[in-house]
Amino acid sequence: MRENICGWLFLLPSLAGLCVFLLIPFCDAVGRSFFTAMSGEFVGLENYAAVVSNKAFQLAAGNTAKFIAVCVPLLLCSSFLLSVLLNEIKGLHGLLKTAYLVPLAVPVASVVMLWRLFFYDNGILNSVLSSLGLSTVDWMNSDSAFWVLVFSYIWKNMGYNIVLWLAGLSAIPDSINEAAALDGCTGIKRLFYITLPNLRGTSFMIIVLSIINTFKVFREAYLVAGDYPHESMYLLQHLFNNWFVSLDVQKMCAAAVLMAAVITVAVFIMKRLEARGER
Amino acid sequence: MKKRFFELLRFVPVAIFAFVACMPLIMVISSSFLGSSEAAMRYGGVLGSGSNAVNWSLVPLYPTIKHYVELLLDTPSFFVMFWNSISEEAIILAGQLVVGTAAAWAFARYRFIGSKIIFFVYIVLMIMPFQVTMVSSYLVLDKLSLLDSVWAVTIPNIFSTLPVFIMTKSFSALPPSTIEAARIDGAGELRIFLKIGIPMGVPGILSALVLGFLEYWNNIEQPLTFIKTRSLMPLSMYMSSVTAENTAISMVASVITLLPALLIFLTGQKYLEKGIVASGLKE
Repeated sequence: MRENICGWLFLLPSLAGLCVFLLIPFCDAVGRSFFTAMSGEFVGLENYAAVVSNKAFQLAAGNTAKFIAVCVPLLLCSSFLLSVLLNEIKGLHGLLKTAYLVPLAVPVASVVMLWRLFFYDNGILNSVLSSLGLSTVDWMNSDSAFWVLVFSYIWKNMGYNIVLWLAGLSAIPDSINEAAALDGCTGIKRLFYITLPNLRGTSFMIIVLSIINTFKVFREAYLVAGDYPHESMYLLQHLFNNWFVSLDVQKMCAAAVLMAAVITVAVFIMKRLEARGER
Repeated sequence: MKKRFFELLRFVPVAIFAFVACMPLIMVISSSFLGSSEAAMRYGGVLGSGSNAVNWSLVPLYPTIKHYVELLLDTPSFFVMFWNSISEEAIILAGQLVVGTAAAWAFARYRFIGSKIIFFVYIVLMIMPFQVTMVSSYLVLDKLSLLDSVWAVTIPNIFSTLPVFIMTKSFSALPPSTIEAARIDGAGELRIFLKIGIPMGVPGILSALVLGFLEYWNNIEQPLTFIKTRSLMPLSMYMSSVTAENTAISMVASVITLLPALLIFLTGQKYLEKGIVASGLKE
């Protein structure tokens, strides 16, 4: 009884705030997504159909999915490899880890100028390319704009993932590694038979966090290229922003509900896969 | 000999990429000491009207702090935005400190009816990107007439669930014996929270605050949608107003924007790492 009252009292301020500012408004948005804006008439899934058949939505959803599909595996593998190497390095270990974390502390606003210098048509990257005798690319105004964003994401999140992997690696008991070494299991073999299987729980959370962080790349995209960037990097975040300007509430509510549903289902599926793997 | 070779083989790629990671920071700082004419010469091809290629060098030919002086003394709009950012951070983090620690304490220390399911809701909310709640937040802020004010970009963040998640992890790790002992001595629940929980949970609280600071220093989505008045915008939005004429100044602005975040990072790196690790722990 006492447990109940105390628990609820401590939770109350936070939960009340959440209800007022997030949960109740979101339920309201779910409701709105089934009605028309003007007459308040029930229209079933009509708003959803309007969203899904919208050309801009298809482009943005496709780009966002592609972005996640490219970035998350790329970041996962590269950060894992670097962590395995870094984990074995004794000298300068701390300094190297700090170096990888630096991008996390560099505000988006501070690198915007630099990204422009790098990737604009007469930028640093192109002058390097042309001095090497290679043909230059108009990075921001072609399909390669997408890859500029990928680079930016990897740069920013590498340190975050390395810290997570290192924590997972250090949680593998030394005794397991020593026993494996006695049995002649070292190097690449150890990586596949000992290290990776022991990191399953860690990798589930790293995937989830990496996906969450892909949505934040909008900040770079917006500050570098504005409301309407090259269409290869036109993401769902841009679309929401642009719909917002025209305040198309019904359509946005339907899109938000759709997005929440997709994310929830994706996490649920990954959770199931992880649980099955553990058995 | 062979061992040394393998050590080197491991070290070199890790060091190279570490250098690449830090490169932008170095470049931003060195560029901020460029004079106007040198900036125009070097960067005119990208940011100005020129068509020649960018010509970057690590050390400026004629380093100057002129633009620091100019920005800090003669650009009131920059100052306003700087203080907007600082005060927004202060409001959000202070709010999280009060509301979030209490909620984390509830989850970590009490088994009450509904605690499991509510904690699950907190995790789901932690995963959702801003765009999911953008419209609904806008509608409620509009109804409460908080739009276009500092409260629009602070109050919703006070109730962010990520710090609660991180602090719950740290409160759960406290030894139960100390708390039991206090309870036997007749200390009230609030007293236990304030006198034992908070002091012992400081590392976890700092982790949440450091992560929070870096996150809100980069807040762009919320001011973009909830604020219209230019003078209420935080520093993170300053760069969207950069034009070709003020290249050199905006390099300096980049550095000034960077400094508070870098300071927090360098002093709180231990807690930042703790916070990252805590965010990756399964419930």
